[in-house]
Amino acid sequence: MKLIGEKGVQRILSFTAFSALTALMLIALFIINEGLPFIFKYGIINFLSSSDWRPQSGMFGIFPMVMATLWVTFGAMVIGAPLGVAGAVFLSEFVPRPVMRIIKPIIELLAAIPSVVYGFIGVMVLAPFIRSYMGGAGLSVLAGSIILGIMILPTIISISIDSIMAVPQSYREGSLALGATTWQTTHMVTIRAAKSGIIASIILAIGRAIGETMAVIMVAGNSVKIPHSVLDSVRTLTANIALEMSYATGLHRQALFATGVVLFVVIIILNSIASLAIRKKIAKK
Amino acid sequence: MRIPPRYTQRAAMTVLGGATFLTLVILVFIIVFVFEKGLPVISFNFLFSNSEDMGRAGGIFPTLIGSLLLPLLAIIIATPLGICTSVYLTEYTRESRMTRVIRFGTDCLAGIPSIIFGLFGFIFFVTTLGMGWSILSGGLTLAFMILPTIIRTSEEAIKAVPTSYRQVSYSLGATRWQTVKKVILPNALPGILTGVMLGIGRSIGETAAVIFTAGSSLRLPGSIFDSTRTMAVHFYILAREGISSENAYGTAATLIIAVLLVNLTAYWLMHLFISKRS
Repeated sequence: MKLIGEKGVQRILSFTAFSALTALMLIALFIINEGLPFIFKYGIINFLSSSDWRPQSGMFGIFPMVMATLWVTFGAMVIGAPLGVAGAVFLSEFVPRPVMRIIKPIIELLAAIPSVVYGFIGVMVLAPFIRSYMGGAGLSVLAGSIILGIMILPTIISISIDSIMAVPQSYREGSLALGATTWQTTHMVTIRAAKSGIIASIILAIGRAIGETMAVIMVAGNSVKIPHSVLDSVRTLTANIALEMSYATGLHRQALFATGVVLFVVIIILNSIASLAIRKKIAKK
Repeated sequence: MRIPPRYTQRAAMTVLGGATFLTLVILVFIIVFVFEKGLPVISFNFLFSNSEDMGRAGGIFPTLIGSLLLPLLAIIIATPLGICTSVYLTEYTRESRMTRVIRFGTDCLAGIPSIIFGLFGFIFFVTTLGMGWSILSGGLTLAFMILPTIIRTSEEAIKAVPTSYRQVSYSLGATRWQTVKKVILPNALPGILTGVMLGIGRSIGETAAVIFTAGSSLRLPGSIFDSTRTMAVHFYILAREGISSENAYGTAATLIIAVLLVNLTAYWLMHLFISKRS
């Protein structure tokens, strides 16, 4: 590197260091640039609270999709969060460490399975099951929630295990020395100490569930209507973008980008809270 | 009423163990289900012949090429950027407000849903920069998406190189860049490659970000300015439009094998890295 020299290298590195930040800015800029004019024109209240999504007649209310996203995400949390946290607690406190070191990567492989495959399993296995045992069309809030609940398990388990493992061993020893059982130690000492990390894992999982697209398109049914039961077919915000983007033009396309802006803002807020929670935990150490 | 600790202990073991078991069963079920129906479909012909009749007949060769080229382009772009960022964060600066902002930006980028990457790639690369639906647009979009993964794993890998290595290098009169180039990067290499492999894994499985940027042409691409279809997109189209469930299973099985191979390589590299350290 004689050609550039030490100073040159440092300058190049300090420039590239902003690559991720620049990428984030570019994404924000272009999505907002495309979506914000529409929001101003149509009115944010109207956009979020109107139930009429009829692009042909210029009506763009995303309230049904907002409700669908909330229902499906909530359902995914009801299914995924207890299962994930329970798994993380079991693997880090009740199982020998070497066993945990083998099982954790296997569970993390769940995250590597493409979301379309999850969607496909939902269509082939879950939807027929719901249709024959619970009624309805099968493709529903419930199917979406179960599939998303499974998809977020690796996120919750992996981050929760990390934060439970970070609790100093002396805490556990102190509790066990007082005669507490492993479970008493776990729920009275360890989980409390690891609380912020566990909450952060759940918040990140919420973000993932809100943002998931392909699996939800395949299993949730995609009807634009406000759900009244978990067996109703729904269309989430992400599904709406992906389904209509390929043929949308003009105002319709801007409305889809505006939906993207709403998603973007929600996700950034969720991630900020999660990363604050994780940071705070580290700062406390 | 107090339940004796003996019983709560046993109840907790059962419930928590059951939850863990259920999670593992689901994972095994998904893989076994897809493999059982998909593996019989996979043959040399299926992998290496062209698709016919929109994928109803023939093989998946064009999508195999698409799934190879897009992640390749993505890592060619994202790896140097990611490594430079992590070298700068770990070797060239102290913790400051600026590094915190960079880390926060990286975290945020990692959490952005793939559909947003798809929207962005479409409006920026495809439309504004006029690249059209092409391998180039898709690869660039994926590069943005996997950048945080590469930054984070490289940073961890570089931090894990013992300080004594740096001290020895500096005491021999090496400059900072010489130390980075000759000592730190070679030692952190397996860890860095882990991040690259994880990035490849994520790119191969990606659908939403790719379908709006690389398109879904089933023809063999002639250059990086041509549209292409990846295995994940092909599988999505086959399954969703009910074109051929047999070929859908075959494609899904191939896709899962590819993703598992890439991720297992990543774990193997990480293992190599950790055992070298201790």
